[in-house]
Amino acid sequence: MDFGPYLVLASLEGAVQASVLALTAVGLSLVFGVMRVVNVAHGEFFMLGAVLAWVVATSIGVHPALGFVLALVIAPVLVGAIAIIADVLVLKRLNYDPENTIVATIGLLYIIQQVTLMTYGPDARPVEAPFNQRLALPWPEWGEGGLTLGWPWGFGTTSYKLFVIAAAIVLLIVLWQLMSRTKLGLVMRATQLDREMALAFGIHVDRVYAFAFGIGAALAALAATLIVPIQQAHYLMGADPLLLSFIVVIIGGLGSLPGTVAAAVLIGMSDGMISMFFSPTLAKILSTLLVAFVLVFRPQGLFGTRRA
Amino acid sequence: MTEAGKSLALNAGVIALLIVLHFVLPAYHHGNLARIMVLAIYAMGFNFAFGYGGMLSLGHALFFAAGMYGMGLTMQHLDWPAGAAIVAGLLAAFVVSTAVGFLALRTAGVQLMIVTLMFAQAGFLTVLYFGEWTRGDEGFVIQQSERVLAGVDLSNESTRYLAGLLLFGACFVFMSRLVQSSFGKVLVAIRENEERTRMLGYDVARYKLVAFIISGTVSGLAGAAYGLLFGYVGASFASVQYSILPLLWVLLGGAGTVLGPFIGTLFMFYLIDISSGFTSAYLAIAGAVLVLLTLFARQGIVGEARQRWLPWLP
Amino acid sequence: MAAVNLLQARGLTRRFGGLLAVSHVDFAIPAGQIRALIGPNGAGKSTLVGLISGRISATAGTVEFQGRDITHLPAHRRIAGGMAYTFQITSVYPRLPLDENVALAVRRVSGSNSDVIDRETEAALASVGLAGRRYETAGDLSYGHQRLLEIAMGLAQKPKLLILDEPTQGLADSEVVEFKTLIRSMAGNTTILLIEHNMDVVMDTADLVTVLNFGEILAEGTPDEISGNRNVQSAYLGTADA
Repeated sequence: MDFGPYLVLASLEGAVQASVLALTAVGLSLVFGVMRVVNVAHGEFFMLGAVLAWVVATSIGVHPALGFVLALVIAPVLVGAIAIIADVLVLKRLNYDPENTIVATIGLLYIIQQVTLMTYGPDARPVEAPFNQRLALPWPEWGEGGLTLGWPWGFGTTSYKLFVIAAAIVLLIVLWQLMSRTKLGLVMRATQLDREMALAFGIHVDRVYAFAFGIGAALAALAATLIVPIQQAHYLMGADPLLLSFIVVIIGGLGSLPGTVAAAVLIGMSDGMISMFFSPTLAKILSTLLVAFVLVFRPQGLFGTRRA
Repeated sequence: MTEAGKSLALNAGVIALLIVLHFVLPAYHHGNLARIMVLAIYAMGFNFAFGYGGMLSLGHALFFAAGMYGMGLTMQHLDWPAGAAIVAGLLAAFVVSTAVGFLALRTAGVQLMIVTLMFAQAGFLTVLYFGEWTRGDEGFVIQQSERVLAGVDLSNESTRYLAGLLLFGACFVFMSRLVQSSFGKVLVAIRENEERTRMLGYDVARYKLVAFIISGTVSGLAGAAYGLLFGYVGASFASVQYSILPLLWVLLGGAGTVLGPFIGTLFMFYLIDISSGFTSAYLAIAGAVLVLLTLFARQGIVGEARQRWLPWLP
Repeated sequence: MAAVNLLQARGLTRRFGGLLAVSHVDFAIPAGQIRALIGPNGAGKSTLVGLISGRISATAGTVEFQGRDITHLPAHRRIAGGMAYTFQITSVYPRLPLDENVALAVRRVSGSNSDVIDRETEAALASVGLAGRRYETAGDLSYGHQRLLEIAMGLAQKPKLLILDEPTQGLADSEVVEFKTLIRSMAGNTTILLIEHNMDVVMDTADLVTVLNFGEILAEGTPDEISGNRNVQSAYLGTADA
């Protein structure tokens, strides 16, 4: 394949990556923004979403497409519920002390991951996509007869991948509306801005925290359900989304949703590109170093503005 | 007896006990204890930054691995003898912890945790990236014939235990002295109230950096020793898990205590050893212990003992 | 005149966003003087002291200490150069014993000889009446006693300039009397800059009083001159400050 089609293909793969990453990272960002909690177990909620999606899609003996749709609803709700339980049992009792919650969520990470290993097992399993047509893409070529449209071999994508991108965009818009237009969003933003003031206005901060933690985890599970027909569900699959979400949230500015989405697109696309042209390992080395340097020299993120 | 006298007696007692155990322990536990002592050096190094300096790093595997690879790569590719290779490991850990400390200590608290985590992750990936030399995940074995220091065969189980004990004892005494020196006291003061310490005229940034470098270098010494004594160097020692383990050991044993790291390493090692007999998911135990410790026993075993019965414990 | 001034600030200015907290303050303290700095809440007293001690960096202006320009020195080097600072909101080491609190201050100045440290720690604690409690944990002390402990930490550094930010706030009446005695006993040896709301303390201890209002110096004079100054009275009455 020539360089041109190759680049387009890389950016398409990057866009799928970026979509899933944006959803996952927005969940992490929401939790950090509202609760000031760095949730190291976020990747495990992602993994749990994928595994539960597999469980739902395979155990309900209906048409695969219907099974997938059910999974899309049930997996995030279940993961959200598990997260809320973890919040009430552990994080709340730690008074959301920043350092202690990190240590505790590391503990949760191991517990969730290892319990999944004990029950679901060490195998990677696929979920069937509801639809998966191959779409070949045309490419303009200079031939003897001037400019023509060719169909380079292997140049194409699938309808499901395009669906993932579209679904992520729709979900992010819905979330944005939820945060900016509804009472729930208002309450969350108020808590984020000033916890004491929110308490004084009679907001049940405890409930807001539990809810934010649940939504954050559910977003990760939703992203995982979307990606599981492309990637398989595996008990160790949480590490990469965790790392990438961290990178995205930090570069986008901690707790800033628009910044997070912008950074997800940047990181998802560039990760896909660099991985395709160089090596995935090198791409990750560069992005982890970028995060470290951003935190050291520009802690408000590349897109954030400095707060007083 | 004075407090200094008591803690001296404690040092001597612990080391004497470990010498006695050398002669009485059955082979299996003897081998375990040799590993535990070397890992406890790592825990002590970590504890110096975290327990005494209040700097919580999630990236100490980087220093452990720097020591291990500094030793292993010079032996493997440059045919350096064991002694020189250990020094190379120490130097590597010193250089890496100086660079990371210089950058990362511009931040504190949660940011410091994430910055160190990211640097360590970049280090881990670098080991994988240069798989041609490091053999990546698979790692490489250090040949038995090369594991000789000053004419002593370190692959022999008995000398290995004694070498581990010698190094552990040296680090244990060094740490005990260090935390009771005026440097150690200022470090504790910084942990307790950084702004007050600055306004007593101490150069807080310099103290923290020096403490971080000591912490990283001791961790690297443990990494180099572990690779040499047990004959294997691999990328898993650079992974996140090896940054979390010392935190777990130190929290369990008691942060900011001299004996805590050893006690914590000992307990955790056996907890995992026993539970891995029942299940392959033994890391769930580590997770549960972490959660329970943060919820119910922030002080760890030695910390609780100090608070309740033995206020003189260093 | 400049030669005898221990501390000399020229055109000292600090801006926080749009707010001019301290504006072009010229300020000098001769060696050995006890100087009170008063003014209504929000007048910029703590900011001014922060600029002098280096906790806050100046937007403009210079600070000289012992004839040396220290404008660009970080706080810890200014302290090491002979200033001592007590915080407005008490700042001690609550989980450490009293003697370690003070010993931390002593060690930086007097080195590591344990006999010397012990003796000077004892002396500093005795000067604020806490000698009998040296092995207690600082966090267990009452608020007033924690203030005294912090003053002891200041004294233990044997500073050339001792900066006390509202030291009598939270002290019982009897403790205020002792505090005044302590300050007077240091007169001549140690230069003291005292931010104080308690006018009784100011009247009884200060050689000279500087009044700050809206970040600028409103008046400067002996305690008697200041108490008779109409501008000062209206500044205080105008803000209804006690």
